Amino acid sequence: MRNIWIIAKREMVSYFATPLAYVFIVIFLALSGALAFYIGGFMSRGQADLQPFFDYHPWLYLLLIPAISMRLWAEERKTGTIENLMTLPVSAAEAVIGKFLAAWAFAGLALALTFPMWITVNVLGSPDNGVILASYVGSLLMAGAFLAIGSCVSALTKNQVIAFIIAATVCFLFTMSGLELVLNVFRLWAPDLLVDTIASLSFLTHFNAVTKGVIELRDIIYFASMMAVWLLATIVAIDLKKAA
Amino acid sequence: MPVLIALDSLTKKFGDLVAVDNVTMTVSRGEVLGFLGPNGAGKSTTMKIIAGFLEPTSGRAQVCGIDVVRDPVAVKRRMGYLPEGAPTYGDMTPQSYLGFVAAIRGFDGAQRRRRVDAAVEKLALEQVLRQPIETLSKGYKRRVGFAQAILHDPEVLVMDEPTDGLDPNQKRHIRALIKEMSADMAIVISTHILEEVDAVCTRAVIIAAGRLMADGTPQELQARARYHNAVYLLVAAEQIDAAEQAVAALDGVDGVERVVRKDGRIGLRINHGGGVNTLQVGAALQARSISIDEITVEQGTLDDVFYDITAALAHRENPYA
Repeated sequence: MRNIWIIAKREMVSYFATPLAYVFIVIFLALSGALAFYIGGFMSRGQADLQPFFDYHPWLYLLLIPAISMRLWAEERKTGTIENLMTLPVSAAEAVIGKFLAAWAFAGLALALTFPMWITVNVLGSPDNGVILASYVGSLLMAGAFLAIGSCVSALTKNQVIAFIIAATVCFLFTMSGLELVLNVFRLWAPDLLVDTIASLSFLTHFNAVTKGVIELRDIIYFASMMAVWLLATIVAIDLKKAA
Repeated sequence: MPVLIALDSLTKKFGDLVAVDNVTMTVSRGEVLGFLGPNGAGKSTTMKIIAGFLEPTSGRAQVCGIDVVRDPVAVKRRMGYLPEGAPTYGDMTPQSYLGFVAAIRGFDGAQRRRRVDAAVEKLALEQVLRQPIETLSKGYKRRVGFAQAILHDPEVLVMDEPTDGLDPNQKRHIRALIKEMSADMAIVISTHILEEVDAVCTRAVIIAAGRLMADGTPQELQARARYHNAVYLLVAAEQIDAAEQAVAALDGVDGVERVVRKDGRIGLRINHGGGVNTLQVGAALQARSISIDEITVEQGTLDDVFYDITAALAHRENPYA
């Protein structure tokens, strides 16, 4: 635990030592606001909720989360610092989890900084703040799952561009698999069980469930197990490189 | 002296490439082992295995009696390691980076500050403590890497080309530091600067194409030089033919070579299988009234030994090298 915390702290500080953190936060806030106001019709639909804001989070994360995760391991491998890190007395699991937690906390910070949206909607009307809180929790969980996928991809390459593209693609598949458009293609020929399985693996299905205001255990289990599986895969990838 | 590093039939393959081939050796406390070999000989790979960054394909590596594969974290706790090129996080300052390493190594509060301060003082990093590492000169970056490796007073110190790219004064400083610390540690440094071996190492091994080719003190290795103990002679140019005949006739002389010096004069190198000394050469020349300008016994150079051992092998493995 101690080592995880030390590694996470170092990572977190290094986000802010470069323009990366500021650029990310500014872009995230600008895009999430713009999407909610201009495309989601936040004002014109005349309802006091943040639905148009949260609806675009999966698509926003598709673009922005791989930008955080791509450097997690690829950069260490490229610059050779991984040789320093992994010859310190830390286990691969501690390093993987520490780095992931830093990235997740950072994404959480960006998400928290959207609080003016919440204030705005409370000034304009009287929204159901329970639904909004649930949506924030769901969005944070989804960001964690995206990051875990990105972490694993980043551990497999030393090229950050490749890490970005592959992570974005994998996340895209996991998001798309919940769209009716995609599911209908499967409904034509596949048994219901398979369609349900595909839908249940989707970020969208679980995220939409949460943004309705109900945090169900299975949605939490889904996101938690996504993170666990992909982080485990990251640890395996780091360990395999040792024996390669 | 206790053995701190023990390699037993260590082998590492990358696909078909055998990077380290059945290497067995030990390093004890108080030793400074120079790891010599051409580029790509397997030096770095061996060091990475000792440091627990790579796992061997077969064979064993033990540090302080602990197997590096079975308990890598315990090994890493006892070891300081400086990777090739001393990579460090460029966006951190030496202060924060060393603080991070000290924290990971289990030091807290006042103890952490003391450890960092001591390492900073040893490596003379006071001037640059608060500058991002990426803005530092190569010499400073290397010293930050060195500080990181010795901060916890490790029992075993492994450094991959610690003085590569440093200026002569910095090299001298680093070598002095290595010597100063060597009493309490087992130190392994890799280098292809042969003068370094003479300067700091108590023992040297030569590795080529992954195989251990020679192991001994620098003096022992030097004794294997082609011209070790050859007698070198300089006489006036007009007397050189006469001198050559005179020494060639001596008992035990295997051959006489003409060596062109930098200043254009020609010297004679008398090779022998032992038993020919300057006294005999002097007497033979005096008998023909040839005067001697210079006469010395050659020590041979580590360069020659290194070349003889590695070049032949490298050529066989890769004729284009």
